[in-house]
Amino acid sequence: MAGSGSFGISSAPGHYNIGGLELLCDSVKVHNVKVELQNGAEKLTMKDLLGWVRTNLIKERPEMFMKGDTVRPGVLVLVNDCDWELSGQLDTTLEEKDVVVFISTLHGG
Amino acid sequence: MESNASQILHELESLRAAKADIDRRISALEAQLQQVTLQNDAIPNGSYPPISTVGSSHLNGHDHHLTPAMIHRYSRHLLLPSFGVQAQSNLLKSSVLVVGAGGLGSPALLYLAACGVGRLGIVDHDVVELNNMHRQIIHTETFIGRPKVKSAANACRSVNSTVEIVEHHEALRTSNALEIFNKYDVIVDATDNAPSRYMISDCCVLLGKPLVSGAALGLEGQLTVYNYNGGPCYRCLFPTPPPATACQRCADSGVLGVVPGIIGCLQALEAIKIASAIGEPLSGRMLLFNALEARIRIVKIRGRSLQCEACKENATFTQQQFREFDYEKFTQSPLAPSPLKLKLLQADSRISSKEYHERVANGEAHVLVDVRPAHHFKIVSLPKSLNIPLPSLEARFPEITSALKEEEEQKSVGSGSSAQLYVICRRGNDSQRAVQCLHKMGFTSARDIVGGLESWTHDVDANFPTY
Repeated sequence: MAGSGSFGISSAPGHYNIGGLELLCDSVKVHNVKVELQNGAEKLTMKDLLGWVRTNLIKERPEMFMKGDTVRPGVLVLVNDCDWELSGQLDTTLEEKDVVVFISTLHGG
Repeated sequence: MESNASQILHELESLRAAKADIDRRISALEAQLQQVTLQNDAIPNGSYPPISTVGSSHLNGHDHHLTPAMIHRYSRHLLLPSFGVQAQSNLLKSSVLVVGAGGLGSPALLYLAACGVGRLGIVDHDVVELNNMHRQIIHTETFIGRPKVKSAANACRSVNSTVEIVEHHEALRTSNALEIFNKYDVIVDATDNAPSRYMISDCCVLLGKPLVSGAALGLEGQLTVYNYNGGPCYRCLFPTPPPATACQRCADSGVLGVVPGIIGCLQALEAIKIASAIGEPLSGRMLLFNALEARIRIVKIRGRSLQCEACKENATFTQQQFREFDYEKFTQSPLAPSPLKLKLLQADSRISSKEYHERVANGEAHVLVDVRPAHHFKIVSLPKSLNIPLPSLEARFPEITSALKEEEEQKSVGSGSSAQLYVICRRGNDSQRAVQCLHKMGFTSARDIVGGLESWTHDVDANFPTY
């Protein structure tokens, strides 16, 4: 899970684009996903999406992606190129065609 | 043949040393010459002192202190309307410290020396190695085996002898960081590990210094400016260190040489912008570079965190606490990463590379399993070794069983004895993990080769490549 992750564009309803999980998802860098809303929920939150990703996308080493109910330390979450801290972290609500990217901080040089 | 090769190697080494010495003397003399020429430029008739010390009246009302040599050297900067005399003058009065003279630091240092910062400091404790050369472009082959600080300083001086280059030939520690950082206006983090990054950021917060932080690994790079003008610090973004397993190193994962080069150039750019007070430094934003896709994204990151242990208002983190803070414990990784040396097995489950070599020479019936990743195996391997990468070991037990059987048939091992099973890897850690796994699955006589292929090069065949 490193890097900026590329992303596709979709116009189909209920779809979100996720990038940056290639090391944990059989090298697939871009996932165009359709997530069903839970009963009664009006909007999908980042908390819902993380749970969905963990169940449906992560193929190996889930501890490299999550710790508790959020991402592990050292991972930046970007919603439409913006740090999710600025949009409410786990409570960030997602809109149609939003782009979510997970960035693992690099230390090398 | 072998003694012949070592003779040649020895002669090469002494010639290189002699060449390095001559290079050093040449560059010292060149610097001396330049100094003399500069003084002659400034005092054409020996009648007035250098321009830098005279008032503006001598400069037809110009309020800068650039000497004729400076005007000539930096003319292309001065011609830039958005840079010009003011920014160049700011730069000449500024001081920048680059921590790390490696892949990021190499181009950063060269550009910072070339552009004319007043004082340029270099911190590094390491020596130049052959496997640095593909990306650490500031170093030349003549400096292999010698301190990176010396090599980098030498290169910077030969690019611009008018810059004051300061060599800090020591590892950055909490015991010396405050004193070193204090002498500079801008800090450039060009290190390669997590504890250094936290330590450098904390030190910058304590001293109120802007920090230009870059990182690169594989085919990707990241860049941002911390602790600048109310912006976030490293801890605001990463309050909790990542698990050590998530911190990959170039020495293990590889890096395309030009990638840290690009990030290092951008670090020089950000440092120049801050030092000369032009443009908008990359604060509150992060640049993400993906070399394979040729994609650069600049994303908005959070501002200063109200909960940040280091930089929140009324933070209680003091210089004294900094000096006592254990960054290695905090990040659970070492400041000067040295290869891990595991000891998982009993002595009787291990064999030295020398002993393995003797057994092969004696024609012992055996199978050697190499558990490195396939792309490592392609670089170099021992003859007749069987590559089964560690993650697929269990699934491929049948291959080991049949390889053993085949070897027994070929060498016509009598009944009652059987072919030996040895395991090797790069440094001797994964081979131990593999042997543990093999023992559990019934290959109870499996043994690993202590120190892996590195020990083979070291103890058996000096011509066997290391990487």
